[in-house]
Amino acid sequence: MSIWSRVANVFRLDRTSREIDEEFAAHMQEAIDEGRDPEEVRKAFGSLLRQREASLDIRLLGWLDSLRSDVVFGWRLLWNAKATSAVAILSLGLAIGSSMSAFRIIDALLLRPLPIREPERLYALFRKGIGPDGRPRTTASTEYPLYRQMRAAVENQADLIAISYAARRDLTYSSDEETEKAYVQYVSGSMFDKFGVRPALGRLLTGNDDLSPGAHPVAVLSYDYWARRFGCDPNANGRRFRIAAVEYEVIGVAGRAFTGTEPGTITDIFLPTMMNEGVTQPNSSWFRTFVRLKPGASANQIRDALSPIFQAYQEELAKGFKGWPKDRLQQLLSNQLVIEPAAAGVSGLQEEYRVALVALGVLVTLILMIACANLANLMMAQASARAREMALRVAIGAGRWRLIQLVLAESALIALSGAVLGGALAWWSAPLVVSMINPPDHPVRLVLPADLRVLGFAAALAAFVTILFGLGPAVRASAVKPASALKGGTGPRSRRRMMHVLIAAQVAFCFLVLFDTGLFTATFDRLSNKPTGFAADGVINVITGGRPPQSVLLWQQVARQLRSLPRVETVALASFPPLSGSMEGGFVAVNGGQPGGALVRFLSVSPSWFGAMKIPILGGRDFEESDASPGVAIVNQTFANVYFNGESPVGRSFETNRDHGMRCRIVGLVLDSRYDDMRGPMAPVVYLPFRSVDANGQFRTARGAAFVLRVSGSNPLALVPMLRREITRAGPGLLVSRIVPQTELVEQQTIRERLLAMLASFFAVVALLLAGIGLYGVLNYSLLQRRRELGIRIAIGAPARDIVRRATVDGFAMVLAGAVTGLVLALLSVRYIESLVYEVKATDPAPLILPALILFIAALLASVPAAIGAVRIDPVEMLRAE
Amino acid sequence: MPKADSLQGSLDLLVLKILSRRPRLHGYAIMTAIQSMSGEVLRAEEGSLYPALHRMEEAGWIRAEWVTTETGRRARLYELTRAGAKQLDLEESRWRAVTSAVNRVLRMA
Repeated sequence: MSIWSRVANVFRLDRTSREIDEEFAAHMQEAIDEGRDPEEVRKAFGSLLRQREASLDIRLLGWLDSLRSDVVFGWRLLWNAKATSAVAILSLGLAIGSSMSAFRIIDALLLRPLPIREPERLYALFRKGIGPDGRPRTTASTEYPLYRQMRAAVENQADLIAISYAARRDLTYSSDEETEKAYVQYVSGSMFDKFGVRPALGRLLTGNDDLSPGAHPVAVLSYDYWARRFGCDPNANGRRFRIAAVEYEVIGVAGRAFTGTEPGTITDIFLPTMMNEGVTQPNSSWFRTFVRLKPGASANQIRDALSPIFQAYQEELAKGFKGWPKDRLQQLLSNQLVIEPAAAGVSGLQEEYRVALVALGVLVTLILMIACANLANLMMAQASARAREMALRVAIGAGRWRLIQLVLAESALIALSGAVLGGALAWWSAPLVVSMINPPDHPVRLVLPADLRVLGFAAALAAFVTILFGLGPAVRASAVKPASALKGGTGPRSRRRMMHVLIAAQVAFCFLVLFDTGLFTATFDRLSNKPTGFAADGVINVITGGRPPQSVLLWQQVARQLRSLPRVETVALASFPPLSGSMEGGFVAVNGGQPGGALVRFLSVSPSWFGAMKIPILGGRDFEESDASPGVAIVNQTFANVYFNGESPVGRSFETNRDHGMRCRIVGLVLDSRYDDMRGPMAPVVYLPFRSVDANGQFRTARGAAFVLRVSGSNPLALVPMLRREITRAGPGLLVSRIVPQTELVEQQTIRERLLAMLASFFAVVALLLAGIGLYGVLNYSLLQRRRELGIRIAIGAPARDIVRRATVDGFAMVLAGAVTGLVLALLSVRYIESLVYEVKATDPAPLILPALILFIAALLASVPAAIGAVRIDPVEMLRAE
Repeated sequence: MPKADSLQGSLDLLVLKILSRRPRLHGYAIMTAIQSMSGEVLRAEEGSLYPALHRMEEAGWIRAEWVTTETGRRARLYELTRAGAKQLDLEESRWRAVTSAVNRVLRMA
């Protein structure tokens, strides 16, 4: 009660002191009315002012009152120097905004616990080993029979939960003509219960919905999907939809907060694991295994209990692998089971962007440091301008703390305004950055809440930068010596030294930002200009699914019909387009020998596919209409190099472990082209005829394939409606899943690199701008400090060259020192961002010289005004003023 | 003649006691009440009375209210709160304990 009235009194200071005065007046009037001598009465009271102060001290919170007056005073100072304050607040706002954006994204993707019960008890299993490229690789995929064994083994210590990768699937609600897409996850029936998720409508899956394979066609929708697709209509419950051949019934909607376990993807539909056909296949790994520890159990204990089961399962499985090279099998068996905390969920996006986001986080921190250094210099310059005022305050009895508080209050005002501005910036920019991670067909959707976590971060950041840029100048200002300051002689030398150190730091950070930006942009440049081996322009892929699986003959027939459409030059078929994320691998042996170690890629294509993609045929021939698989194959150059030492492979044969072993005669050799990634070396590829027959000589069916069309003219996407119509008409049983230009598939390979290059370039400009402003400010300040000295030099005839040198040499020394430090930092930073750069060497001269050059030019520009100012000093006027 | 200083920590007690007997007094009335009830021996000076009043008000022992008196003048009247009554009990018993202890010392010496 009392503390609040004292707080409140601070903010109604006028009223409070008026009341005190009034009470004293009433007292004196009363006394005079009783016949006392007015003079005596007044004397009895002593100094009214002191009386009032004494009472005010009681009725106010003293420190709050002084803080209030400091804030008001600080605000007046800022207001009086509008331009300077605006620049300070803007630059800090930019820096804080960038930091907050980075934090929001890093937090949402990597740190924030899932909205489930006791997320800290959630772990996930991974297998750690060597990937096909010979590099360490960690995967999370598990086979269901293995999962079953493991679940039983640790029943008493932990609950195991299977959750499949969120996959974009085609589904239909009414007629098969209208396919939609949705992210589908197969989950253990017990998941919702174990996670403590409650239904928003109907009921959720339970263990009883997940008992026997194929027997539970029920589905739970996510709240987000329910709202988007059905507008939160309660009648959505009971709706039926089809995925592949199965019809599911919606039985409920999950609570709003739960969006799945993959940050970056919001799951639309949850199905029981038993509805995935992988549950019965011993070598199909298709889901992640989550572990929810029971009280008292430790993660390592679980891992130790599961490892033997995992190893035994792998060995058993490996026995069934025919035609595998020995070292490959060895690699597979050396996989280790590891268990990692999964409180924040597990997603591919996390893996792909973890290092990139941390790198961005470091960049924005550097920007923040540069902005803080600027502000520290600004505060320092102001403090020196206010040295007399400070000295006066000390002389009339202000304590050291009071002076520190005075300067810090002003800093806090700047920091707070910057934080508010930054908050607005982050509000807008974080979703914008996330929306730039937009692979075609599956843009990232990240839940970016602005809650107490984010607010807390902002507040902490504001407090941190206040201390960072405010404390030094505040302490310095409080150390003022009244006698010397009031006399007019200050010792600005140490102050200038401090400013110069800050400038050097700024330049060093700026160099680092420029350097890393250079690496990122060069990486993006290399990757996006890398030859793919095919001509993507003008190629449209129409990815279709057969429901039920359709004979390859139907696809061929539809392809023939599409050929007659306007603008269509070539129509071909492929099992999937290159760089679309799909891959079929196998091992190959030649001359009846052991299989080679390289993982060979396979792709089934129709005749004229090479023509449509403009992949040159180097030897032999293209497929013909009469070719069928197994029997003939076309290989690429890398394949010929690996298996035939670069000799022409046409006419030779090989065996592969695909399709339970088959033998192929090579009829053609084509130029290398990109198959499933842009970064690694070219992979050996085998092309098989799209038309394939099974062991009984029957044509096979296919679940899906892509029509590959080369079209003429610009804007190939204008053909999309016509293509959809035509395929639906000509191919009953074929569903168009997705139509995508090949160029888009190529571009999606560099989304991360483009994002990094773009953001880093933006930060580089900001860093350069801030450092430039900083240098300009400090040079100007030193000029102000040294006017007298320079004036005298001019008066006694120093040449302009000498004056300019004196006015700017310190600044350049600082830039040089900073650049050298930055160079060292830059070289040290390289190994942390190694995984983000591609075919760019840090030791190349270009990424080192370029930042140095840019910095030098910026420094030159920033020092021009100081140099001009120095030469223009009029010694007569200056000396008269002194 | 003892001065205000000799009130030495008993000022709070006196003010609370007077307000417990006669609620709603203004500062001047409290001052004169101390003077007259002590037989002109004790005197609270303005310089210590008002800080004491304001301190006790912030502590919540007394509360104040502006009123217009019959003479048409505005005055700030004080009265005891429940917390103040408790405080009075406390201070009274403490005072008794101290004075009896001092008396005992005086008798024995």
